[in-house]
Amino acid sequence: MAPGFVRRFLALLRKEVRQLLRDRSNLAVGLLLPGALILLFGYGLSFDVTDAPIAVVMEDGSPTARDVVAGFSGSRFLSPVPAGSMADAEQRMVRGQVNAIVRVPADFSRQLAAGNARIQLVLNGVDSNTANAVSGYVAGALGVWAQRQADRSGSRQLAGAVTVEQRMWFNEAGNSTWYLVPGLVVLIMTLTGAFLTSMLVAREWERGTLEALFVTPVRPLELVAAKLLPYFVVGAIDLAMCLLAAKFLFHVPIRGSLLVVIGTSLLYLLVSLALGLFISGMTRNQFQASQVALLASFMPAMMLSGFVFDLRNVPVVIQGVSQVLPATHFMGLVKTLFLAGDNWGMVWRTCLILALYAVVLIAATRRTLRKKLD
Amino acid sequence: MRDLVSYLLQIGFLCRKELLALFKEPASRVILIGPALMQALLFGYGATYDLTNVPYAVLDQSRGAAATELLARLDGTGVFHRQATVATPAQIADAIDAGQVLLALNIPPDFEARLASGRPAPLQVILDGRNSTTAGLAAAYVGSVVGAYNATRVGIVSPVSLETRAWFNPNLESRWNLMPALIAALSMLQTLLLAALSVAREREQGTFDQLLVTPLTPMQILVGKALPAIFVGLLQSTIIFLIIRFWFQVPLHGSVWLLYLGLFTFTGAAVGIGLSISALALNMQQAMLYAFLLIMPLMLLSGLLTPVRNMPEVLQIATYANPLRFGMEIVRRVYLEGAGFRDVAHNFLPLLGVAAVTLPLAAWLFRHRLA
Repeated sequence: MAPGFVRRFLALLRKEVRQLLRDRSNLAVGLLLPGALILLFGYGLSFDVTDAPIAVVMEDGSPTARDVVAGFSGSRFLSPVPAGSMADAEQRMVRGQVNAIVRVPADFSRQLAAGNARIQLVLNGVDSNTANAVSGYVAGALGVWAQRQADRSGSRQLAGAVTVEQRMWFNEAGNSTWYLVPGLVVLIMTLTGAFLTSMLVAREWERGTLEALFVTPVRPLELVAAKLLPYFVVGAIDLAMCLLAAKFLFHVPIRGSLLVVIGTSLLYLLVSLALGLFISGMTRNQFQASQVALLASFMPAMMLSGFVFDLRNVPVVIQGVSQVLPATHFMGLVKTLFLAGDNWGMVWRTCLILALYAVVLIAATRRTLRKKLD
Repeated sequence: MRDLVSYLLQIGFLCRKELLALFKEPASRVILIGPALMQALLFGYGATYDLTNVPYAVLDQSRGAAATELLARLDGTGVFHRQATVATPAQIADAIDAGQVLLALNIPPDFEARLASGRPAPLQVILDGRNSTTAGLAAAYVGSVVGAYNATRVGIVSPVSLETRAWFNPNLESRWNLMPALIAALSMLQTLLLAALSVAREREQGTFDQLLVTPLTPMQILVGKALPAIFVGLLQSTIIFLIIRFWFQVPLHGSVWLLYLGLFTFTGAAVGIGLSISALALNMQQAMLYAFLLIMPLMLLSGLLTPVRNMPEVLQIATYANPLRFGMEIVRRVYLEGAGFRDVAHNFLPLLGVAAVTLPLAAWLFRHRLA
């Protein structure tokens, strides 16, 4: 390598590192925000419904009726609250105090003797996820009760029926933290790139310091490399934080080999940093750069990468859009590496795609830095 | 009287200048309007928890009529699509590992025989738990198909039947829950950033000092800076609202006026946070980074993706400082539930509280934080 290259690169690098370290806001976003996000994701976000409040309206006070709803209190998913009347229960639902109403009608025990008793379940459908879960739990509790009744009466209720034996691979307990935390790795790598590097070149354009650099022997590629390296180190520290928290704080398994997880994450980090730098070089304006970075990299990574919304359920066009995002490819890989283990076909394919993105983005950024004035 | 008119006129001039600065440049114009439109469409289609396509694999070791009928019922739902018919358990593992299928059914060799002899016949369902929420939904779906099959096959009817009805969202479509929330969330993202950059940009370019030596009082500067940002926020909300109402056809149950009153208060609180950041920051880079530092937790702790009720107690208390949580709640409840002012009045208090702290703070900082 030419000595000139090394000397110029080191000089630029020193300037970038100083600039990074002097401004506290950089370090706040680079290190503090990921730390806060790790805690929020691990402890704050959960799709697992527990203790959902439901109003229970007992219009039939018979022991049988009470026995039916007794099953709800035993469930850790439901937390029944007695309500005096349907009107009272509806009021609570409108106020948002309960997620659902279970109503045992006045003729319940009479109808039960005839074999067609009904229980009414009214759900607040606004939060459809919780509604679905509550409906499942209530049906489950009723099923258990019916089963017990059948056992008591001695009839062979399940004679010749199909029973479902469910087995959840990779996440046996069905704990949503297990897939949220690997997704967090993707989000944090995305955020480091989008937020930290997207202002770098735009700022120099706005202040005119880039034009000053044009009269020096500095080449565009040296500039790109010097701007990427310090933030790459910040991103690597974030990655270490994520992995340590996943392992020791949240006890999410890392079933793939650690080296592969680290290697692919660093590759994605490079793509993400290069994307931020490219946005910065293209917009040449800090206001626009920050808005574009937020909209083009961070929001899609959160909403369209398969982080929480399963891409199998979205229309083909949206699937196409999501495939354009580097985050989607990395999201699939990182979840697999954490929960399923090394899947070499997937590792190589994703690495190839990410490497391609990195090369294209760096080349594109380099072009935006050509020594040309408008 | 004349004083008041000139006071208001001065604010008007500043507002006009701010709006010109925002909308004069074509690129900025696109950035303020395009993304709201694009994101509403993309996320409207993309952000869904509803199962529409569950690819599955079958290992049918019994090859009997019962298994065939059960599978036919599964296919008949329109949601389950048989992706592979495999011959060995190892192939199930391959199909799941590769993400080719979400679940696999393993029908044991004695399935038919057990059913015929009146014994329970286990059907093994293996799920890809890499997204345990989707997997759980799919498992529940399989369970209900199997239940219906049992009921017709053996003629067992459970002595108790559950009649389920869902208010406000009869088909339990997750889009209905998510999209109204986006009216508040998407516009907040850009508005907060816009407000955060507004003063910082003038500081960086040196024009803020000029603004401070004009006869404008800090209060006037504050209002002149806040109103255009609120206007942009409401503009974005309106775009998203129109898409949800007319493109995705989610019916509006409440009053439009109440919806906008809620959005105005909410956007005001968000702009207050943005302007405080802006007044604190020394340059645009700092303003942007501090804004992001706040935006992320605000989004995550708002109930946008996961319900607030599922959070630990401490975080639930922390959400009281989060305008997005209450703005979203107002929009969701007014939009979907048709809630009236009295139903949502308590949600206005935290919003007004945040605005009452951050807006004066920003005005004070304008003069007291000079680099």
